[in-house]
Amino acid sequence: MSLAFDEIQETIRMVQMESLDIRTVTMGINLRDCADSDFEKVKKNVYDKITSYAAQLKPVAEQVEKEYGIPIINKRIAITPIAEILGKATVDQAVELAQTLDQAAIKLGVDFIGGYSALVHKGISKGDQTLLDALPKALSVTERVCASISIATTRTGINMDAVKQMGTIIKQTAEFTKENSSIGCAKLVVFCNPVEDNPFMAGAFHGAGEGEAVLSVGVSGPGVVLHALKRYPDADLGEVSDIIKKTAFKITRAGELLGRVVADRLDVPFGIMDLSLAPTNAMNDSVAEILEEIGLERVGTHGTIAALALMNDAVKKGGAMASSYVGGLSGAFIPVSEDNGMIRGIEDNALSLAKLEAMTCVCSVGLDMIALTGGVTPETLSAIIADEAAIGMINKKTTAVRVIPVIGKTEGDTVEFGGLLGRAPVMGVNPYSSEKMIKRGGRIPAPLQALIN
Amino acid sequence: MQKRAVVSVVGKDQVGIIAKVTNVLADNQINVLDISQTILQDFFTMMMLVEVKDGEDIDALHHHFEAIENELGLTINIQLEDVFQSMHRI
Repeated sequence: MSLAFDEIQETIRMVQMESLDIRTVTMGINLRDCADSDFEKVKKNVYDKITSYAAQLKPVAEQVEKEYGIPIINKRIAITPIAEILGKATVDQAVELAQTLDQAAIKLGVDFIGGYSALVHKGISKGDQTLLDALPKALSVTERVCASISIATTRTGINMDAVKQMGTIIKQTAEFTKENSSIGCAKLVVFCNPVEDNPFMAGAFHGAGEGEAVLSVGVSGPGVVLHALKRYPDADLGEVSDIIKKTAFKITRAGELLGRVVADRLDVPFGIMDLSLAPTNAMNDSVAEILEEIGLERVGTHGTIAALALMNDAVKKGGAMASSYVGGLSGAFIPVSEDNGMIRGIEDNALSLAKLEAMTCVCSVGLDMIALTGGVTPETLSAIIADEAAIGMINKKTTAVRVIPVIGKTEGDTVEFGGLLGRAPVMGVNPYSSEKMIKRGGRIPAPLQALIN
Repeated sequence: MQKRAVVSVVGKDQVGIIAKVTNVLADNQINVLDISQTILQDFFTMMMLVEVKDGEDIDALHHHFEAIENELGLTINIQLEDVFQSMHRI
């Protein structure tokens, strides 16, 4: 069937004026066979495997980008959670392995490598503990390595011993990278109910159920959705949902096509399509502005949760129709520093930390890229993580915490992270202590799956 | 393998746009299957459906179009047709 003039124009407009892009193609690589009793061999195995499997990732993605005329912004790698191959390694060796990963990423020219991870939602093994101890140093001496820690799931409950450690680890990472606005924390995410095939950073890792290698895609396009809504200022909310659905459908189809072409040329199976709307600091490429276009004067005011729930659900419905394999996080991301609308909401006192928490109940993923006052205590950080994990655990969804206590800054300051990470107003925390609860440790038991009101 | 691609040309209307763009295609042995063109508020917009052999063709054309883009102040894109098909057809 031939294409109509206005259909061609619509696609071109989406790419050139409305920031339609493929946010990331992420290659998942299994590293389990890299384990060895000799740690030098482990490092070599890991480096060799990653650099051979993903050797063509960047060139192929760039070629496909040219042929189809849709930009692919990031090329990334997700690996087996590193704690699982650490074995008897020492903390220093674990840091060395992070550097090895960093070198592999630089050699390949990929933007990030995710999977410096441990899954400790029920208990902490020896390798997990080594990784946790290595985290602050590893994140401060590497550039492109991303870490994620799973501390809770709906089936296991919340491991509060791990939550307690994470508060200290985040604070320490902030201290270690204080010369650079505590940027180390931007590469560390704490999860409840993590998914094994998420292509987005910082939380990507190649889960245990995945194959040898796989290629997954994350699309983006808040700008496209925003412009589509602007053309229908008087639509009722049912129609708004429909417009978002149709737009998400088109974006997803483009993303899946490009993802499949890249996977095919790299000769690895196509994994999943992640439908998340991921904002950037580009003009009009903001999730918050979509909520404002739906009818809020500022994001964060009353009605924000309802608008977000509508949008998130419509994106999923449109995307699920468009792709045969939907996975990953698939929803709307609400990172603060990467979204101009969210930044403005905070600056205008419309959006608070409490409202951000509430927003995470209805969308992926959680408290993301939020700058906190540098004086925040490790126990308060742990308590923030525990709250977010509880939301995820009870609602059977993924939630995450990626907060950055910016050493030397206090509430009201602004911090620049640069590049895709953007800038953020520093937020204050509740001044009252949660120390006693965090010190208790132990596990919060898994919730009932019935009697759910 | 033969593939179809869409060439889109946008810019201020002036003499010789179609001639110059199609000349580049002819010089590169590219067959044109369909052309449609319109003028919107002084802006010239043209879409052409062409036949290309593979990715290299597209790379080379990007390069050849650069000179006309600069000379006439146009934006010229060439994209494989599949992407439009998958976005607008089920």
